[in-house]
Amino acid sequence: MKKTVIRLETLTCPSCIRRIEGMVAKQIGVESVEVKFNASKVEIRHDESVISAEELSKAISILGYKVLEVK
Amino acid sequence: MKTKKWIKKNTYIVALTILFVTSIVLNEFDESLVSITIMSLLTLLAGFHIFKKALVDLRYKIIGIDLLVTIAVIAAFIIGDLFEAAAVTYLFTLGHVLEKLSLEKTRSSLKALMDLKPRNARRITDGQEEIILAENLQLEDILLVKLGEKIPTDGKIIEGTVMIDEQILTGESIPVDKKINDEVLGSTLLTTGYMKMKVSKIGEDTTLARMIQMVEEAQDKKAKTQKFMEVFSKYYTPFIVVLSIVILLITQDVRLAITMLVIACPGALVIATPVSFVAGIGNAAKKGILFKGGDSIERLAKGNIVFFDKTGTLTSGKPVLKKIHAFALDENEILRIAAIGESYSEHPLAQAIIDEANKRSLSINEKPEESQLIIGKGITFKYNNDIYAVGNLKTISFTPEPNATSKIAEFESFGYTTLIISNAEKILGLFGIADGVRKQSKQLISELKSLGIKDAIMLTGDHESVAKQISSEVGIKTYYASLLPEDKAEIVKKYQENHHTIFVGDGINDALALSYADASVAIGGVGKDLAMETADVVLMSEDISKLKDAIEISKKVKTNMFQNIVLALLVVLFLMVGVIFGKVTMSIGMLVHEVSVLVVIINAIRLLKYNVKKR
Repeated sequence: MKKTVIRLETLTCPSCIRRIEGMVAKQIGVESVEVKFNASKVEIRHDESVISAEELSKAISILGYKVLEVK
Repeated sequence: MKTKKWIKKNTYIVALTILFVTSIVLNEFDESLVSITIMSLLTLLAGFHIFKKALVDLRYKIIGIDLLVTIAVIAAFIIGDLFEAAAVTYLFTLGHVLEKLSLEKTRSSLKALMDLKPRNARRITDGQEEIILAENLQLEDILLVKLGEKIPTDGKIIEGTVMIDEQILTGESIPVDKKINDEVLGSTLLTTGYMKMKVSKIGEDTTLARMIQMVEEAQDKKAKTQKFMEVFSKYYTPFIVVLSIVILLITQDVRLAITMLVIACPGALVIATPVSFVAGIGNAAKKGILFKGGDSIERLAKGNIVFFDKTGTLTSGKPVLKKIHAFALDENEILRIAAIGESYSEHPLAQAIIDEANKRSLSINEKPEESQLIIGKGITFKYNNDIYAVGNLKTISFTPEPNATSKIAEFESFGYTTLIISNAEKILGLFGIADGVRKQSKQLISELKSLGIKDAIMLTGDHESVAKQISSEVGIKTYYASLLPEDKAEIVKKYQENHHTIFVGDGINDALALSYADASVAIGGVGKDLAMETADVVLMSEDISKLKDAIEISKKVKTNMFQNIVLALLVVLFLMVGVIFGKVTMSIGMLVHEVSVLVVIINAIRLLKYNVKKR
């Protein structure tokens, strides 16, 4: 299991939380996901051999959220 | 020039606004091809990312506001209400842009902290100076820091005596003296002198990095009120959706039903608590006060009994020479001899004697001869051919005079640790040493009442006489002495039955009590990892008066949050009633909704500007 933190552009609406969490949680290989609204960060625990940090970051940016940093 | 740049940067919003104004004008006339085109264009332009998000929501089966707005807009189009559709999408998009700008503002304090990291460092390798990027620093690197420069990272001074402004970390504006072997912290400012230092912490481990991380985590830790609001909003949205379906079925009024949908997102309500907390946490961080989360703020604001640990909290934890009594010679002379005798000693009590001698500018540069340390007793030494002893009663081989014995008893009744200076025949004098009360303690205690604190209580492991002395010195009426760490926790628990307790300590011997109290405050957080982990609130500096600031900020945040919640609830109520009675149209509903969100954010931004009154 790997913990990836993705920093996004300032999140504005709380409904973003459910949208991002909902999408990420449904990806295969993701164990848990938490969106930190005020820090505008997504914390994901995932199996790297199934889904990489890059793939996750790409999936989130497709939703329309600009990714600033992945670590 | 500036306006031009702004317009260029915000072409999208400017274009939408022009279209919107045109739409308002066209709306006054009969429907025409022009008005249909303009309004449709605005709806599409302003709405495409709303629609995109709606598709995502649909795919993952989430009822989000974007989905509801999209349904409402499409329905409005179908019933031919083009202006309403355009206005709603425009207001929704504009609202988001403004919310983003203002929310960024509430989070700006943290960004300011992050931007403070120095970029470069001057490293010395084999006598050669080179400028390197701070991120490339390694442990054990030797750095040179000059006047006016920021210290690149945490480390230890190996050369130089300097003054350092640590305000960024501690909120303390007076620079501190540092000498060889003292620890220095990254991002603090060298205000006098120059120094060489050895790097001891880099990257994420530095004090500043950890502080930033803590503040960041704090901002997303949910408080009770916040959790309640979130549950409320979770049911509010589906409830409104169901309501709008019911309305549609009963009244067959599509317009009324979709208007209901637009107001389904309780935006202001969801955001009301977190914005206040984030702004409050940010403001406090700038003052060297770390709140661990919204919950910590709420609990501190509620507190009405404050427990203080004594040593290192009300007192500085550093022994200070309080009283001298001379039986022979004079005060200064016995102090001078004792200081010379102690010059090789590193014992804290010896340091108190040397410090006082220095304070009185006595000449103590001479060195003692045949200096001998007797552990558990004191020292003996030879000075100007006389033999002296400094220490407790065990250093004396003769029977002390009765007046000396009674004086020693008197010193001990004051709570002093007493050192005796004697020669071969008699006791020359006494030194009463005690832990010094912090200079801000007394004022703090007297000011607590005005903050709604009913009582201040001191807890200490020290002896009754010491406790009595210190508590009367700072103005505390209730104290408990000779306590073990678990006793402190028990006392806190007992008071907890009827009061909201705050425990203030330095994290040494009181970690247990810190964890039991309703709200715990650790003082002198810089460099104290355990206390920083356990406490709800960390005062980065040693300045105990910051406790007052922390309580004041917590109360201010609580009020601010309350205002926000009341406003948000009123808006929700107003919109619902307004829609049902047909007084609120879709665009007005959206306007009120967005404005309420902005008002809530702006109200929270006031917290950023809040400055604790100067004393």
